[in-house]
Amino acid sequence: MGWNRKILRVDLTKGTCKAEPLNMEWAQEYLGQRGLATKYIVEEVDPKVDPLSPGNKLIMATGPLTGTMASTGGRYSVITKSPLTGAIACSNSGGYFGAEMKFAGWDMIIFEGKSPKPVYLSIENDKAELKDASHLWGKTVWDTEEIIKKSHQDPQTRVSSIGRAGENGVLYACIVNDLHRAAGRSGVGTVMGSKNLKAVAIRGTQGVSGIKDFKGFLAATTAAKKVLADNAVTGQALPTYGTQVLMNVINEIGAMPTRNSRDVQFEGARKISGEAMHEPRASDGKPNLIGNQACFGCTIACGRTSKMDKSHFSVANSPKYWGATGGLEYESAWALGSHNGIDDLEALTFAQIICNEDGMDPISLGSTVSAAMELYETGVLTKEQIGVEAPFGSAEALVELCKMTAEGRGFGKELGLGSRRLCEKYGHPEFSMTVKSQEYPAYDPRGIQGMGLTYATSNRGACHLRSYTVASEVLGIPVKTDPLVTEGKAGLVKAFQDATAAFDSSGTCIFTTFAWSLADLQPQIDTACEGNWTMEKLADLGERVWNMERLFNNAAGFTAKDDDLPARLKTEPAKTGPAKGLVSGIDKMKPEYYQLRGWDQNGVPSKETLDRLGL
Amino acid sequence: MKVVFKLFATLQDYLPAEARRTSTVHIEVDEGTRVADLIRRYEIPEALCHLVLVDGVYLHPRQWVSRILREGETLAIWPPVAGG
Repeated sequence: MGWNRKILRVDLTKGTCKAEPLNMEWAQEYLGQRGLATKYIVEEVDPKVDPLSPGNKLIMATGPLTGTMASTGGRYSVITKSPLTGAIACSNSGGYFGAEMKFAGWDMIIFEGKSPKPVYLSIENDKAELKDASHLWGKTVWDTEEIIKKSHQDPQTRVSSIGRAGENGVLYACIVNDLHRAAGRSGVGTVMGSKNLKAVAIRGTQGVSGIKDFKGFLAATTAAKKVLADNAVTGQALPTYGTQVLMNVINEIGAMPTRNSRDVQFEGARKISGEAMHEPRASDGKPNLIGNQACFGCTIACGRTSKMDKSHFSVANSPKYWGATGGLEYESAWALGSHNGIDDLEALTFAQIICNEDGMDPISLGSTVSAAMELYETGVLTKEQIGVEAPFGSAEALVELCKMTAEGRGFGKELGLGSRRLCEKYGHPEFSMTVKSQEYPAYDPRGIQGMGLTYATSNRGACHLRSYTVASEVLGIPVKTDPLVTEGKAGLVKAFQDATAAFDSSGTCIFTTFAWSLADLQPQIDTACEGNWTMEKLADLGERVWNMERLFNNAAGFTAKDDDLPARLKTEPAKTGPAKGLVSGIDKMKPEYYQLRGWDQNGVPSKETLDRLGL
Repeated sequence: MKVVFKLFATLQDYLPAEARRTSTVHIEVDEGTRVADLIRRYEIPEALCHLVLVDGVYLHPRQWVSRILREGETLAIWPPVAGG
């Protein structure tokens, strides 16, 4: 089956936990995780609900391959309405928490209402109960996990929790599991905090049973693992350098957002790259990187483990940060680094540590600090208002502002609103590098045109993980396309969006798609899950999920005018690199994209499209 | 004439040891030097040359033998890599 066929519904207002059967009719149309949980949200939540009110719901959902022997089958997602964007939110995380949920016998957990006091959900197989979390409120993610594991007297308990950022209303707060893995984007942790839900602790010992065709599944997963192992990217590059290998690539092609996207190349990129993480430091002769790590069931192992330089100013007086910890990922390194003009690898590592420890999205945080630095450099904000001198390039400012935001202290409260609200407050909305109020990630659309359309049309606000056309436009996966042209990008973006939605509904990691196509995923789904899971059915699923999310957003009040990019990307040409002189061609790509989607010129799916997709 | 030659990720091993920390060598080459000439000079297996850029612009493998480097240009090469 793949599915456990059972969900847990937690009414936080009443303090009840009830099991109910998974809607298997929906499972045949939406598979699991992102698709299936979004279907539940669409059916149960008013799109116009205040995201931080008890009327919003939050779902933690696994896919049918989560917890199985499928490579990377450890994923779970958090689906809710975002307080940062006002759109649908779906944030995906690895680690071990998702598999543990499956082992405990559940496919997903639906949280509704609001607890009158801080609580955490404790699950041990079939037994689920809400417990008092007064002693955990005000604690970091790391302290929370440690305290819960000690009190449960079971180190194998898996914990997913919010830090102080989620309690303090930082609008881009994460939910962090296994210390360093996060459902990171769109403020899903803020919604959790608004419900007075501090953590979810799970222990499951039942394994995953009911695979439809076990022998077939064994053969399919074994073959798919071989594809990953034999592929140079998933078999060698990602384990060795992690995502951070992209730092120099994206900088060389001139698509590195730098100093709040004033520039597209960063002179300090090499110093904060994956290559630099391997090299001995001048200070202590040791490299920043000490190894790689894998999530549950993963045969890629892209995760980084680092140790900081004990003498660095950020940690010199804080021995608790001297041990092994989650190392820099490319998105963190870019957003905290080049977008702030900072080339101090250790400072960036520390800033990411704070994001993990207190649960903040480093992309949104980094880019909001960038906006603040531009407001400072243009004289709009002063040292007195911010609390520190904050010019581009100041590692000291970055470190202090990260701590202030996590703790909800001083100007940190304003940074916690995200760059759109911050820049509007101070009269310069043009300094906010956002789409639908979410900060865009590490690829400047002037240098990679497809990513402009990706950001503009992403259902969760600007995001690279909804259609990673960088794979094709830069890396040549599956085929090389020209990053500087707009022709053909509408179709490319749609194809990536639909395929990604299918992968995100399966329980596997999107990084498999550097080697896998839907043709590699399909036999794994078909042998695990009841129903005839053909290629066509999987492709339809992806397109159905995309349109379902779009309908939710349209009903929430979004229109075609929200499918747009910051003016800077459309009016200020790239100053250097291959894209010199270019702006984003979003206005050329969008009409063609709407047409390919079967949407009208206002971005509304036609009746014919909805009928075709069964929506 | 002078050109800049950069090798990244595992290809850094093909650079002189003192250049690996910057991934970069500044070198003198003869007029008419082609991309393929430098790949051969540094004994880099062509199968590992996945992403080949001149001043940030991608070159298809069939262009390696025809593309003549010009004064001041930067040739940068990666093995297969990805991230996100």
